[in-house]
Amino acid sequence: MDGFGWLFLKAAVPWLLLLQMIPVMIFLERKGSAFIADRVGPNRAFVPGLGLRLAGMVHNLTDVVKLLTKEEFVPNHANRRLYIFAPMLALFISLVVGMVIPLTPKMTIFGESYQIQALDADLGILILLAVSSIGVYAVTLAGWASNNKYSLMGAMRATAQMISYELSMGLAVVGLFMVYGTPNLGEMVEIQGGSFLAILPRWGIFLQPIGFLLFLIAGFAETNRTPFDMAEGESEIVGFHVEYGGVKFALFFMAEYIHMVVVAMVLSTCFFGGYQVPWVSPETLADPENAALLSKGILFGTMIAGILVGLRLLKWHGKNRLLWRDSRKNEGLVLSVLMGFGPALAALLIYMLWGGELSTTLGSTIGGLVGLATLMAKTLFFCWLFVWVRWTLPRFRYDQLMALGWKILVPLGLVNILLTGILIKMDIW
Amino acid sequence: MEQKTLFFILAAMAVISALMTITRKNPLSGALSLIMTFISLAGLYFMSSAPFVGVLQVLVYAGAIMVLVIFVVMLLNLPEGELEEERIPPRRWVLAFFSLVPLGFLCIAQILSTDMKAVDSLGPNFGSVKSVGRLMFGDYLLQFEMVSILLLIAIVGAVVMAKKKL
Repeated sequence: MDGFGWLFLKAAVPWLLLLQMIPVMIFLERKGSAFIADRVGPNRAFVPGLGLRLAGMVHNLTDVVKLLTKEEFVPNHANRRLYIFAPMLALFISLVVGMVIPLTPKMTIFGESYQIQALDADLGILILLAVSSIGVYAVTLAGWASNNKYSLMGAMRATAQMISYELSMGLAVVGLFMVYGTPNLGEMVEIQGGSFLAILPRWGIFLQPIGFLLFLIAGFAETNRTPFDMAEGESEIVGFHVEYGGVKFALFFMAEYIHMVVVAMVLSTCFFGGYQVPWVSPETLADPENAALLSKGILFGTMIAGILVGLRLLKWHGKNRLLWRDSRKNEGLVLSVLMGFGPALAALLIYMLWGGELSTTLGSTIGGLVGLATLMAKTLFFCWLFVWVRWTLPRFRYDQLMALGWKILVPLGLVNILLTGILIKMDIW
Repeated sequence: MEQKTLFFILAAMAVISALMTITRKNPLSGALSLIMTFISLAGLYFMSSAPFVGVLQVLVYAGAIMVLVIFVVMLLNLPEGELEEERIPPRRWVLAFFSLVPLGFLCIAQILSTDMKAVDSLGPNFGSVKSVGRLMFGDYLLQFEMVSILLLIAIVGAVVMAKKKL
């Protein structure tokens, strides 16, 4: 299958997946910070009529309204074209970077083999590094084009940080090449399906523990997250986006969250086996008998879990009903239908209508979906790690940051390469 | 057909942005056009079965070296009109004419003498990381090491120049 339409479809799936991760990340950040700071977090905004609050998820919608209705302005003496171009570039780069990641194993449907991955490039992770190195310009140009010395200084710091840590990220990637023998992300994931030392899955983190650490730290620095958030550093300097407001600021914000999701995806793809379920090979999942078993398991699981969740939400509804006078009192009822009984009923209907031939129609797609779910679970864990670190660790001082990057991580990366070479020569891997 | 269209788009981008690099008055616009040139050249490398070289072009030139150029331009941050209006004296035009005409003749002669037919396929692994690595660390090891020593000398020189007290 090829042609323009197919190419478009292949790019659209990861694109939508990354975009829909933005509200999830904002939700995770707000509720996560509230949890760590022992607060309740956002819980007021609700959908009128239904009373849905979704534990603060509805706040995202109000945010969108706020950002869209804000005044669009360009500061005086700013370089107008570059000022508008910079946030667009930031979002564009972070979305493009996600295109090389294989999201599912190879699936067969209606006799055609396919895989959800926009670009199956031989150079895989190198393309990823190259494209994200262009992303630095978004920060630099934003700082310069706003014609404000504080934003220029913020941009300088952020840029210096990003190009310094790109180096250690590159060194960590070299170690991966040596172990896997290929820069192709799809092949990397396939290799990680095997086993290591008899019991462990052959994941990158066991083969390259130092490389993982390097990549993780560099990933934090690349996304400008705490402990490396020099780009913002509210308490000491103002960041590169002081002069931005409204939608243009929102674009930077979205770019940062997508960048985080992409780094989390790359971490789970390179070091945690990507779409591979530990100890289970994709072939096992794609096997027709197992697929049938799996689809039945998923349907029954949805039914049981749906009923349990629905009952629990109904019990909560009894309490919640008395707290509110407006439509929020309906929330428990609506939720129990939407998240509990509804899915359970849908699963029951699907089982009764197509139960028998479901696995034969869908074929190995079920295994593919399980793979996608596995990748997303790993990605969400790393996304949570980003939030967790941000709300528990203090920020580095700028000179400490540079010293860590150049004096510790770069030598460590070089040692890692040497060590990997020796171990490969000794046939341990 | 697709290949041809893509080639002409990339080539046009490369030429136009290269022209912009030397004609823009604002130094930052010039530097940004140069980045655009590098990126379109990388695209051309991808099309001539040298993807690894293309990636390195973006990663090293567009992504790292040009950042430093932009840094310098931004930190100097000359306001509009600060730059002296440059006048080109007539003798420079004459000199430019005499140096460019032979070069132009060489280029045209080269283009005319090139056999414009499809090149044989280069094999699936041409230009991949593996084959480039084999060449670099096998056949051309000596040259590779010499270049790395050259770069080391350059780094040491930069440190000596930048550090007042050694």
